[in-house]
Amino acid sequence: MIKIWLKGLSGLGSVLVAGLAVADELNMRPGVTEISREVYDLHMLIFWICVAIGVVVFGVIFWSLIHHRKSAGHEAAQFHESTRLEIGWTLVPTLILIAMAYPATKTLVQMYDTGGEDMTVEVRGYQWKWQYKYLDEDLNSTFDFFSNLATPRDEISNRAAKGEHYLLEVDNALRIPTNRKVRFLLTSEDVIHAWWVPDFGIKRDAIPGILNELWAIVPEPGVYRGQCTELCGKDHGFMPVVVQAMPEAEYDAWYAEQVTAAEQRKEALSKTFTAEELMAEGEAVYNTFCASCHMPNGKGVPPVFPALDGSAIATGPLEDHLDIIINGKAGSAMQAFGKQLDAAQIAAVTHYERHAWSNNTGDMVQPRDVIAQMSSEQ
Amino acid sequence: MSEVVVAHHDDHHDHGPDKGLARWLFTTNHKDIGTLYLWFSFTMFLIGGVMALIIRTELFQPGLQFIDPAFFNQMTTNHGLIMVFGAIMPAFVGLANWLVPMMVGAPDMALPRMNNLSFWILPFAFAMLISTLFMEGGGPNFGWTFYAPLSTTYAPDTVTYFIFGVHLMGASSIMGSINIIATILNMRAPGMTLMKMPLFVWTWLITAYLLLAVMPVLAGAVTMMLFDIHFGTSFFNAAGGGDPVMFQHIFWFFGHPEVYIMILPAFGIVSQIIPTFARKPLFGYDSMVYATASIAFLSFIVWAHHMFTVGMPLAGQLFFMYSTMLIAVPTGVKVFNWTATMWRGSMTFETPMLFAIAFVILFTIGGFSGLMLAITPVDYQYHDTYFVVAHFHYVLVPGALFSIIAAVYYWLPKWCGRMYDESLGKLHFWLSFIGVNVTFFPQHFSGLAGMPRRIPDYALQFADFNMVSSIGAFIFGFSQVFFLYVLIKTIRSGEPATDRVWEGAHGLEWTLPSPAPYHSFTTPPNVTDAEAHS
Amino acid sequence: MANSTDQSAYYIPHNSWYPFLIAAGALCMLAGLGNWLNDLKAGDEPSHLLFYIGSATLAVVLFFWFAKVIEENHAGLTNAQLKRSYVWGMGWFIFSEVMFFAAFFGALFYARALVLPWLGGEGAKGLTGEYLWPEFKPEWPVMTNPNPDVFQGPGESMAAPGLGSWGGYLPFWNTVVLLSSSVTVHFAHTAIKNQHRGKLLGWLGLTVLLGVAFLILQAEEYIHAYNELGLTLSSGIYGSTFFLLTGFHGFHVTLGTFILLIQLLRAFKGDFRPDDCFGFESASWYWHFVDVVWVCLFIFVYVM
Ligand code: HEA
Ligand code: HEA
Ligand code: HEC
Ligand code: CUA
Ligand SMILES: [Cu+2]
Repeated sequence: MIKIWLKGLSGLGSVLVAGLAVADELNMRPGVTEISREVYDLHMLIFWICVAIGVVVFGVIFWSLIHHRKSAGHEAAQFHESTRLEIGWTLVPTLILIAMAYPATKTLVQMYDTGGEDMTVEVRGYQWKWQYKYLDEDLNSTFDFFSNLATPRDEISNRAAKGEHYLLEVDNALRIPTNRKVRFLLTSEDVIHAWWVPDFGIKRDAIPGILNELWAIVPEPGVYRGQCTELCGKDHGFMPVVVQAMPEAEYDAWYAEQVTAAEQRKEALSKTFTAEELMAEGEAVYNTFCASCHMPNGKGVPPVFPALDGSAIATGPLEDHLDIIINGKAGSAMQAFGKQLDAAQIAAVTHYERHAWSNNTGDMVQPRDVIAQMSSEQ
Repeated sequence: MSEVVVAHHDDHHDHGPDKGLARWLFTTNHKDIGTLYLWFSFTMFLIGGVMALIIRTELFQPGLQFIDPAFFNQMTTNHGLIMVFGAIMPAFVGLANWLVPMMVGAPDMALPRMNNLSFWILPFAFAMLISTLFMEGGGPNFGWTFYAPLSTTYAPDTVTYFIFGVHLMGASSIMGSINIIATILNMRAPGMTLMKMPLFVWTWLITAYLLLAVMPVLAGAVTMMLFDIHFGTSFFNAAGGGDPVMFQHIFWFFGHPEVYIMILPAFGIVSQIIPTFARKPLFGYDSMVYATASIAFLSFIVWAHHMFTVGMPLAGQLFFMYSTMLIAVPTGVKVFNWTATMWRGSMTFETPMLFAIAFVILFTIGGFSGLMLAITPVDYQYHDTYFVVAHFHYVLVPGALFSIIAAVYYWLPKWCGRMYDESLGKLHFWLSFIGVNVTFFPQHFSGLAGMPRRIPDYALQFADFNMVSSIGAFIFGFSQVFFLYVLIKTIRSGEPATDRVWEGAHGLEWTLPSPAPYHSFTTPPNVTDAEAHS
Repeated sequence: MANSTDQSAYYIPHNSWYPFLIAAGALCMLAGLGNWLNDLKAGDEPSHLLFYIGSATLAVVLFFWFAKVIEENHAGLTNAQLKRSYVWGMGWFIFSEVMFFAAFFGALFYARALVLPWLGGEGAKGLTGEYLWPEFKPEWPVMTNPNPDVFQGPGESMAAPGLGSWGGYLPFWNTVVLLSSSVTVHFAHTAIKNQHRGKLLGWLGLTVLLGVAFLILQAEEYIHAYNELGLTLSSGIYGSTFFLLTGFHGFHVTLGTFILLIQLLRAFKGDFRPDDCFGFESASWYWHFVDVVWVCLFIFVYVM
């Protein structure tokens, strides 16, 4: 019996050791930033110390399991205390702990070294997506966008083969330049989320009403993937974090482009769209922002998430319909989309909801209707 | 029943159990109540276990196959709640009920009627909690840690019943602890000085103090939730000057001592079993007592190690990192003392001993991962991944749960007067041992590879580990059903057990006949040194 | 009467239906309260029947239970050791109550010492205030909340005025009332020790009256807060901590007054001897505890 056990355990042990030493996918990734590498080294240091202590302690246990058995004829000794031993095995672990605490403290202090950043991005968690806002020196927003899960529903429900980046892909990745100190300001619109990029060695909670700070200097261009790591409701498992680090020049070009695009979007707010345009844009907005609760077919998940197909509100007076989309419904999962979408998007999605599925109100919703309603509220 | 009074002055110890259901509903007997607690806890364990199996089934492969994400969250939440509050804690209280009076030489618990109340609150509370799963909007889905505002503003309506359920469990634990404290401090037989008490009694005494100190804080936390939800207060809402993180501080002020509540009695059990089968007195009794007390003390000042990522100021992070690391020292003392007890003993490996040895080794592995989690900068990478899930299952399943199983094998002959079947017991052990490692060891890897916890679906690189883990879960789950079979077989048709049961057993409980009489010590025994702990 | 070394006479009560019914009653009461609250939240007609059934069960069964314990004591079943168990039980129960209040005090301190400055743009997480709540000023009591649209601040607070005007400050008088009641209950205890029944009734009766007076003043204070100061549960963190701390304290005073009242009735019936008055003593410990909580409240909620 004992032999089998021993074999089993040493098997386990060697899986562990071999696993950590040889195969990379079994261990923490060293990551790409200076901080993440330090964290990795610290992880390995503590791990090996624990392995060493484990070998000694388990070694002694197994020795006596084998040699001090009654069936091997061993008589029990009767000693039962030793102050010297007790003091020894109190002191030695304490010293080992101090040896661990020293590098840990150093790394931690370094992580808290905020300030001196080259740029700042606000990261805001929503049920179940991220919003990235690029801030200027005075922390005013230049432009922003949402980052949604891009994995098709068919893959999730096993109707299509899963892609390489299953669940770790988004429509708009956060883009940052390499080699610049990027400061992230984290907060949330609803519940607590947590923003994590394993390769940068950084993770922090995004808390409603509270601001947290993080920073990273990414030396290598690439696409880095992580996930929301704080339970945030139904689709907690479906809000990935994807960061694309770009060479500085490329990033600067992209940035300039975005600034212009943001200005153009502002102009669109005064335009009048055709019904087709509204339906097309509306469907796109609906699928990214609304379908996770109200479902692509508008049937919702009653009673938690109401159906919009045939809903009294979505087929009733436009004002009420716009009101719930702009202001949400306090105390429910229905958010105030007035803060997330611009007037053109709200107009489109409202129009879409009023004409999709079996709904057909026959009216048109234009951005100016939305703007009118929003300003009448104030 | 009022004629009782004087007539029973002299012979009230003689009455045996009532007949039928009334015996169990109205009993004031510590053994009956202990039995109720133990069966209740086993039932809860199976229910919580089935939820775990639902979780593991969904996670067998990537993609959503069996349940939707909303239900998955309810399963995770209720699995955690039921295992912690319904399985592990009541099992320890059940053991305390059975054993503490016998170990200290008392006739019964100090306050027998309140003892019955502590128990019967639990089935009612859990009936209420579990019934929420079938209500509109579903049951609790915010994790067993129920962080605000997910558990307040964004919670399903059933959260109200959840809150009251927690109040009830808290009341039960508080009354149970008061009873245990009063029994230990007030009911010891002459000669049973504090430093002669068996370690199981010691660890429970300290655990009872932990419970008294933290269950009311939990009650306060859920009360604030209740007011935030129904009465417009803003404790956990920054818009009104509160802070969601404040909830976490209050919760973990309860929550961290809570995890030691689930392990200190386990330490006590193992400290009873190892000396018996090593046929050698427990090494370092005094330092075991001091170590337990130090762990309990430290457990009050480490809570924020669960919150390293909330953005505490640096000084706070450092304080909680250092204090957490310190817990390794007294815990190490325990591990070393057990090792020294086995060293040069004369060991045999009956089922309780196998579970106890597995406890020492696997708990230590769980402790090591705990220590890794305590290193703040690295915890940023571990936090809320399966590495944490692996850590706490190692300390809870082959830790707390194994100790309970060991205790059942060890004392069952004393309880029911019958011996379990040794080869079935060994088979149960090996199945459990293999099952538990196959289930939870790979979770270290998926965690390190970056798999977050509490997700119903995952990226492809985690697939292999999850598949292995799910298979292990079914092996482990099956072996606990097998345990049920072994138990029933023993109770119904086991060989008669001797009074001493184990060759190397010491302690007052072994001086009683097997099965132990309905009232333990009607006249207090004389505690000789031989029957004290050592 | 058994003496303390006579362990064999430790009284183990017979099977009893009280605890099971208490558990069932508690379940009904809380499930009923849950229904009630949820109905209110949903805007439905609230259903309170279950709540009343549960509460009534609790009340009736507790009455029988305590009557039984008293009866057992009179019959001489309660030996000194069992009395010690009662003492330990009550003592540690009060300790758990202390921890319950500690949770609320903890919330108050955490909110004032850490959250408030952060939300106001100061301290280690000052960016929270600067970036998210630029308008918010950290001051205690908080009169304007970070988001006044959602949580309208109180019109006025309950904070203590300058020492000179304490004469017109109701919480001050509440403190006086409650502190004196601790003294009177102590005199009542002395009266038992000296076997002076008349004094016992007098002092205990006075204590109950002081308790009632406190509750009336407290109710008056709440009415004033709601009607005139605009200070409510939903006035933000100040109102939240203020009402929960004073409210749960008030609830405990109500309980304590009620328990003392029961002791008064028992005293009328001739109960309590110098060496046998656990019921009275535990009630008075509870009362002292409630008093100490008030003093902390007065200092930390009103004055500081
Ligand atoms: C029985 C329950 C139990 C026990 C005993 C422990 C024991 C420990 N735990 Fe664990 N823990 C949990 C249950 C438990 N834990 C649970 C349930 C959670 C998750 C909650 C949730 O989020 O849902 C958790 C989470 C958790 C975290 C948070 C992780 C995160 O969310 O990011 C941390 C961080 O510090 C931690 C640390 C520790 C430490 C340092 C110990 C120490 O006590 C361990 C000490 C033991 C040893 C170290 C081994 C023996 C010692 C030696 C052989 C001596 C020599 C050793 C050295 C000097 C290294 N635990
Ligand atoms: C306290 C003790 C405890 C115990 C004993 C267990 C036991 C188990 N746990 Fe649990 N677990 C927790 C405490 C515990 N857990 C906690 C606190 C959490 C965190 C929750 C949260 O995140 O909020 C958690 C979370 C958790 C997760 C993570 C979920 C997630 O993050 O989404 C997983 C996943 O694998 C898991 C698995 C298991 C398994 C496989 C077992 C196995 O040991 C179970 C064994 C199975 C059985 C015992 C079933 C036997 C029954 C049958 C086979 C059917 C027979 C039926 C009848 C007779 C009715 N647990
Ligand atoms: C996180 C989940 C969620 C998302 C995302 C969401 N909704 Fe809703 N929605 C709800 C819930 C919950 C309600 C019910 C609110 C209530 O009445 O309590 C609701 C109600 C509505 C209603 C009223 C329906 C009725 O008949 O009561 C409309 C219209 C609506 N949502 C439109 C939208 C639009 C447009 C979007 C996207 C831009 C959207 N929703 C995104 C959860 C969501
Ligand atoms: Cu967002 Cu989890
Ligand atoms: Cu902890």
